[in-house]
Amino acid sequence: MLTVQFLLLGAVLFCIGVYGVLARKNAVMVLMSIELILNSVNLNLLAFSQRLDSIDGNTFALYVIAIAAAEVGVGLAMVLLIYRNRRSISLDELSDMKG
Amino acid sequence: MLASESALSVGWFLDHAWVIPIIPAVGFALIILFGRRLPMKGSEIGVLSMVSSLVLALGAAYQWIQRVDGASGEVAHGLVKAAEGHSAPYVGPVIHEWTWWQSGGFEFGIGQHIDGLALTLLVVVAFISTLVQIYSLEYLRGDRRYTHFFAALTLFSAGMLCMVLAPNMVQLILGWEIMGLCSFMLIGHWWEDQANARAALKAFFTVRVGDMGLLVGTGALFFGANQWTQEHLGVSGFNISGLSAWAMSGEASKSVLTWGAVALFIACIGKSGQFPLHTWLPDAMAGPTPVSSLLHSSTMVVAGVFLVARLYPVFWEGMKIGDTNINFIVLIGGVTIVIAALLAFVQHDIKKVLAYSTVSQLGYMMMGLGAGAWLPAVFHIFTHAFFKACLFLAAGSVSHSGSHHSFDMKKDMGGLAKKMPITATTWIISTLALAGVFPLAGFFSKDEIIDNVGHNGYQAFMIVGLSGAFLTAAYMTRATYLTFFGEARGAAAGEHHDEHAAHDDHDAHADHDAHAAHGDHDAHASHGPHESPKLITVPLMILASLALVAGLANATPFGSNWERFKKYVEPSSEYVAVEAAVAHGPGEALSPVVVTAEEAEGEAKSGCSYEAPGAGEACYFPAVSHAEFKWSKAALSLLIVAAGLVSSWLFCVQYYTRRNRRLVGLTSRNVVLRGGYTFLWNKYYLDALYEKVIVRAVAHPIAAAAYWFNQNVLDGIVNGAAKISRRTAGWVYRNIDQRVVDGAVNGSGAAARGTGGALRPVQSGKVNQYGALLFAAAAIGALVLVIINT
Amino acid sequence: MLAADLLVAQNIGFGVIALLMIVGALRVVTVNNVVHAALWLVVVLSGAAAQYLLLSAEFVAITQVLVYVGAVMVLFLFGTMLTRAKIGAEADLNNKNWAIGVPVALLMLGVMTWVLIDGFGDEKLPNPDQQVPVQALSDDIFGPYLLPFWALSFVLLVAVIGAIVLARKD
Repeated sequence: MLTVQFLLLGAVLFCIGVYGVLARKNAVMVLMSIELILNSVNLNLLAFSQRLDSIDGNTFALYVIAIAAAEVGVGLAMVLLIYRNRRSISLDELSDMKG
Repeated sequence: MLASESALSVGWFLDHAWVIPIIPAVGFALIILFGRRLPMKGSEIGVLSMVSSLVLALGAAYQWIQRVDGASGEVAHGLVKAAEGHSAPYVGPVIHEWTWWQSGGFEFGIGQHIDGLALTLLVVVAFISTLVQIYSLEYLRGDRRYTHFFAALTLFSAGMLCMVLAPNMVQLILGWEIMGLCSFMLIGHWWEDQANARAALKAFFTVRVGDMGLLVGTGALFFGANQWTQEHLGVSGFNISGLSAWAMSGEASKSVLTWGAVALFIACIGKSGQFPLHTWLPDAMAGPTPVSSLLHSSTMVVAGVFLVARLYPVFWEGMKIGDTNINFIVLIGGVTIVIAALLAFVQHDIKKVLAYSTVSQLGYMMMGLGAGAWLPAVFHIFTHAFFKACLFLAAGSVSHSGSHHSFDMKKDMGGLAKKMPITATTWIISTLALAGVFPLAGFFSKDEIIDNVGHNGYQAFMIVGLSGAFLTAAYMTRATYLTFFGEARGAAAGEHHDEHAAHDDHDAHADHDAHAAHGDHDAHASHGPHESPKLITVPLMILASLALVAGLANATPFGSNWERFKKYVEPSSEYVAVEAAVAHGPGEALSPVVVTAEEAEGEAKSGCSYEAPGAGEACYFPAVSHAEFKWSKAALSLLIVAAGLVSSWLFCVQYYTRRNRRLVGLTSRNVVLRGGYTFLWNKYYLDALYEKVIVRAVAHPIAAAAYWFNQNVLDGIVNGAAKISRRTAGWVYRNIDQRVVDGAVNGSGAAARGTGGALRPVQSGKVNQYGALLFAAAAIGALVLVIINT
Repeated sequence: MLAADLLVAQNIGFGVIALLMIVGALRVVTVNNVVHAALWLVVVLSGAAAQYLLLSAEFVAITQVLVYVGAVMVLFLFGTMLTRAKIGAEADLNNKNWAIGVPVALLMLGVMTWVLIDGFGDEKLPNPDQQVPVQALSDDIFGPYLLPFWALSFVLLVAVIGAIVLARKD
């Protein structure tokens, strides 16, 4: 197996995730796209862990999974709060920061 | 010729200097937890912790003197052979370092690095903190957040002491950030007033800009030095002596050194209020006066100067201080001296005069360090702390008891010398010390800086220093005259202000709550001006007497026997043999075991900065040269100071008391003077530059680009190619045909309107668009990096 | 690059799973039904777990299945349920920014592909002779990387409290 094949897979997933973050209107969908990005990062970490014969990549992949769980928890709580206040989770309507 | 480490005495106080910052840290916790329930609302814990820190610091200083004396004694008895041309042998710092935390193979230490410099600062900080806390007992009596005030003050002292004895950059950053936080909390102590809250934020953000440099510089130096220090000294690349030795080793990468030093110096510019980032310091006077006295004049703001002095080899090599060309540090220092001193002339607020004076004096210290005058600069930290703290406390005393909580010299002061004799005397002594009049503290330090700057080949900056001395004498005389002499005005004349009107006029000291809570406090203020109580005058008298005599600690004019500061504080620039990285026990990471005597070639051109150390040796400090004291040079600077004092006094008498027709209103009659006055009054328009021009200059092109992108690309894709072509045609027509032709006439107006309008779409408030900008910028940045690197 | 050096079975496995993942990921960001998107996300996450196994990271793969496919997906479905009465398909889940999203994503993909192929080319991954032992992993976590672990525990605690505070009806 080649190193680059895993890295390229990671890159493709990352870019799909970026597209999702930018293009989706629904806040839950944006969170899902972020999960795609995090997974592509994990793929890279593990590929390099294998390549360098070091276990550190595994450790950090685990940390990333834990962080992702925390992020989804807080993120969905925020989405819930927004929904309760506005009856909508469309990001287009959330433009209170308009300057 | 071998001197084992045990030959140098290490007493208990020296060995346990790391306790010094822990005491106020514990004190802080106690005040926060139990302060409100105590009889004196927690202030007793603050004062007590500072007193015990002071005792420990003095003990350590005494034992350090013994240690140096012991080493010199051995030289005298032939036990240790010192390098030729140097009377003092190498006296290593007392270093202990324990593992604080470790992560992923990196170890971060915490501990102490005690040498003359650290001890100087320790004593000064503990001493001034003690006096200021005692002063605050009276000054803030009845304040709503009395307990919190003492908590923050104590925490500040803990942070500063922690930074001063840091053996590595990580601990230094810890202390540095604690100080920044406390500075923010204390400036905004009366945050109900909008102006104070703004000043606190401004101070925080401006210093923050510099702090980025601290992180970047520490990181750069760590990655540059870590391998070398691990190999040769067995310490990490954060270690201060490790970094010093690495910088002096001649093996350090020049670019890493230079960029690391520049980054660190940017942090020093922010913290020590040097020229482009000095604007926060005068605004910081919105805090209570004891805070200005402790943080913003004598201790916290010298942290930047301390950092340069601490990592001097890095700056010496990185900035090429030995080369006697203009370098970054000396340039910034010199510019700061003059610019700040000029600003002090147009201030009405007595504390702002002092603030600009502080900025100017910090400029002296920086200039000294930048020109190789290490010892005079550090000595100036020492003396400046006493007289500047005294000046601030005296200003506080005036406002507390003399001018009904006003700081406006022109409205509410004047003629106070008779009413407040102690305050006036201490003020005048400190003013003379600051101006550098002969037997007082400032003369010995400031004159030494000016002298050495010239001696080291920076002649132009010697002139800057001398003109700074003239300006210092002049503006301090003006402030003295306005405050203590002439006719009494406003509150100083016993006038009963309408209280609230008075407060609205003076944003610096809006102490509504203290007033409302304490009727008696208010009552005595309305008796008219009178001397302050003992809790205020005693610290003033102690500081003033030190302003009188502190200069004698390094009185160069009286011969080398008087140069105690040089003997005990300046690190020796000897080649020190070190064991290669072998297993050391904890706390013994770095122990210079052997003091070797290298043959000195010639007199001036020997020592660490001229030749790289050999194998198994290390240098910890560059050989700095000292100017020989000459009365002729001193007489010149004294003459200049006298001229400043006298001319300013005469001017003040004519202008403020006699209301001389030819002088009064001159600034509005003469165009040149009016321009200069307006320029100074607006502080060189620096604030306007930061808030309007720079922010806009950064934001506008981005906004314009985003606007263009939005209009031309995005809509174009969505609406089809036809529209794009039409728009492009229109764009060409508008821009090439119309704008180039008509542009000469109304181009600038249209551009201003256009960018203003263009600012809005980018702030759409839509998260997706922000995200798109972020990712696009990252992608383009990566592309640029890739293209550069291939 | 010799064909004999390549592990054929594993390469075929990689190819099939990678294809599945990419299709799944594209569906996640294009379908007009939140629940369907969540199910496609399950496909991608399980595929990622399989790839981790190929990279001999057994423990991470198991954690991935447990945490992501198990817990996080349930969270997503709950989030969907609680915020949208309508579970079925919906017309415009995309905003008009898709026109920015496509060029930005393609630009990033181009840069990364270029860099990766330029940098790693046909470098081979060392053959996995054994799976990463869990004991070594725990030694790594509780040894040199203990501090991040602590920080992470703190973050999780804060996240739990924060989520409760945010979502609580008061």
